[in-house]
Amino acid sequence: MKTQRRNFLKIAAMAVLGWGVRPASELLAAGGGTASEGLLFASRHKVHVGPNALTASRWAMVIDTAKLNEKVMEDIVHTCHSIHNVPTIPGNQNIKWIWETHMDHLFLEDLHEYQPEAGAKSALALCNHCDNPPCVRVCPTKATFQREDGIVMMDFHRCIGCRYCMAGCPYGSRSFNFMDPRKHLETTNPDFPTRTKGVVEKCEFCAERLAEGKMPACVEVSEGALAFGDLGDPESEVRKLLAERFSIRRSPTLGTKPCVYYLV
Amino acid sequence: MYDKNKILIGLAVFVVFMTYPFWNNIGSAAYQRPELEKPKNAKDCVESVEFMRAEHMAMLNEWRDEVVRGGEHEYHSTANHQVFQKSLSKTCMKCHENKDQFCDKCHATVSVNPYCWDCHVDPKGEKK
Amino acid sequence: MLEKAINGSKVYWGWIAFLLLLMSIGAACYWQQLSHGLTITGMSRDVTWGFYIAQFTFLVGVAASAVMLVIPKYLHNYHKFGKILILGEFNAVAMVILCLLFIVADLGSPQRLMNVLIHPTPNSVLFWDMVVLNGYLLINILVGWVTLESERKQVAPPKWIKFFIYLSIPWAVSIHTVTAFLYCGLPGRGYWLTAVLAARFLASAFAAGPAFLILVTYIAKIFTGFDPGKGVLSTLGKTVVYAMCVNLFLLLCEVFTVFYSQIPSHMAHLQYLFVGYHGHGVLVPWMWSAMIMAVVGILILIVPKNREQDNLLIIGCLLIFIGAWIDKGLGMIGGGFVPNPLHEITEYVPSQLELGVSLGIYATGFLVLTILYKVAIGVKQEIE
Repeated sequence: MKTQRRNFLKIAAMAVLGWGVRPASELLAAGGGTASEGLLFASRHKVHVGPNALTASRWAMVIDTAKLNEKVMEDIVHTCHSIHNVPTIPGNQNIKWIWETHMDHLFLEDLHEYQPEAGAKSALALCNHCDNPPCVRVCPTKATFQREDGIVMMDFHRCIGCRYCMAGCPYGSRSFNFMDPRKHLETTNPDFPTRTKGVVEKCEFCAERLAEGKMPACVEVSEGALAFGDLGDPESEVRKLLAERFSIRRSPTLGTKPCVYYLV
Repeated sequence: MYDKNKILIGLAVFVVFMTYPFWNNIGSAAYQRPELEKPKNAKDCVESVEFMRAEHMAMLNEWRDEVVRGGEHEYHSTANHQVFQKSLSKTCMKCHENKDQFCDKCHATVSVNPYCWDCHVDPKGEKK
Repeated sequence: MLEKAINGSKVYWGWIAFLLLLMSIGAACYWQQLSHGLTITGMSRDVTWGFYIAQFTFLVGVAASAVMLVIPKYLHNYHKFGKILILGEFNAVAMVILCLLFIVADLGSPQRLMNVLIHPTPNSVLFWDMVVLNGYLLINILVGWVTLESERKQVAPPKWIKFFIYLSIPWAVSIHTVTAFLYCGLPGRGYWLTAVLAARFLASAFAAGPAFLILVTYIAKIFTGFDPGKGVLSTLGKTVVYAMCVNLFLLLCEVFTVFYSQIPSHMAHLQYLFVGYHGHGVLVPWMWSAMIMAVVGILILIVPKNREQDNLLIIGCLLIFIGAWIDKGLGMIGGGFVPNPLHEITEYVPSQLELGVSLGIYATGFLVLTILYKVAIGVKQEIE
């Protein structure tokens, strides 16, 4: 009796393993999502936009620090945060997608102390949508992922809130929802979701507007201070600006290949 | 068997608990599909009623991944050959404006709690 | 064998009741966290990992206690460690369970935990951490249970268990290495971006793990009369002190590299920890206490005669354990995130609710440890 039972259990276990191969491989191949996602390793997601969308081979932003001023930066931050339902939370558990900060904080030791008096003292910080993003590399669920056109996106549905991406980002561009954001929203834009507590969020280069053929909101209200375009198109506004004037990026020696350029 | 009495009593208690839904509902009416408020300003939904009743959950999940991860915003309806935007707030809820009288009615009856509206804004919700 | 855990003295049941009380306090605090979000903790936009992850990082090290017994016994035939080997393995089980609980407690959306399995991502070190931690848990449960069961029945353990015992050695090294790799591959965090981090993690693990094991074995001896054997604990004390020496040496290597190179972004973190940075320095007294404790502990335990005396061995192990806990359990996180990538400073101190949840989690781990030790010692005393 005993040996029969043991043999039965052994054969049953083998059978379960065998029968499990096909469903397991189907689950893995699907990536649990749509076909644009790669198998296992994080890879650039194909983008299937509609006919009206703006497309590019590599989106980038150029910020002209000379054209920024207090009012423009305030408008930019206010516009971005209000159309994306970014809450205004007092204290250090705050959320910001784009914000004004001192040039020293943006470029750390890259800028010496003998800069021209008339030069910009502050500029905008936002996600750099790096070409080699460490945040995407470390995300355990591919909740943050990179599109073929270079935009680093967030899938708020999949994020487990481990905040590894926040530790990985060398620019401090990411924010976490420590609490329910709806408690700190004065107005809500019904055309864009809010997020819940427990997920990470950041600037997405207004991918939802690009899909409708519109430029990112910050660019539209920037009065020409922000330019946005395709690095792969030599005739694009961004390429022309980069060819005309000297520009720098934040901490490029880290190998992240950031795609937000600052004209100084 | 050992402890025969304890086992049989325990087994009887277990069976009673497990079959509770069945014997508790003897004599009650059959499941009544709740009366849903139809949209005032639209005739056709994205798909047929039968399809939506059975598939709207899976369809919304597919839309979610296709929009967020694939950037694919356009939905080509098989029922009426129109193109819709894949969005709960911007498409579904533009017609089905009243979440209480439409969405919640069935969900409450079958006791499911989708958490879509934790994030996706219910357009009329703020006014309550 | 679990029936050994339900026959105990009043003291045993009192301890269990106390642990259950702490667990319910922890559960109440965690309920607050589930309702309101991680806002109840002291974490912020700049310091996004805090006490929970720090405890996980430290406890991975304590789980190493098993391998420091397995290597001498199975690779070098040092059979004196045979009696306490099961205590090391069961300790590893309890510690890894604690690690996993702390990780889950830290998640912002724990209901989506399974996403790590549904969407496996081999380029993420967190994925591999999940793999190695769960693997080590299973290996130790399997090896511990099978060897204990065989010992109880007075037969040799089955031959196939040898494979898992040998596997547990590189696997133990891997849990620390992978946990260190979580930190040391991040380009923006200068305090962690050092090749030596994995080595430091292993060194402090091999100090803290056996130190903890020595301490709990003494506690077991007091409450159950379990005798580990003559000279066993003092020999294990050698591992503790030499590992801590390596740990301190590696730290001094870091100090030299950072301060001789004079790179500001690297110096900033060590300055924040040991002398304060721009007026902020909440961790300074803690770090110096840790250093003093570590040095005193080493000085006590480095003398072989001191290790033979129970009192001195206990004090030395306690000092080294607490020193290692402060260094890894408080210093790692604070030092890594302060200052932030924009050179701004947001300090971090765990909140009361955060400590409450941690207390509950620690109580859970100790409950597992108590039950497993009761079983192991019960079996050992039965066969005598």
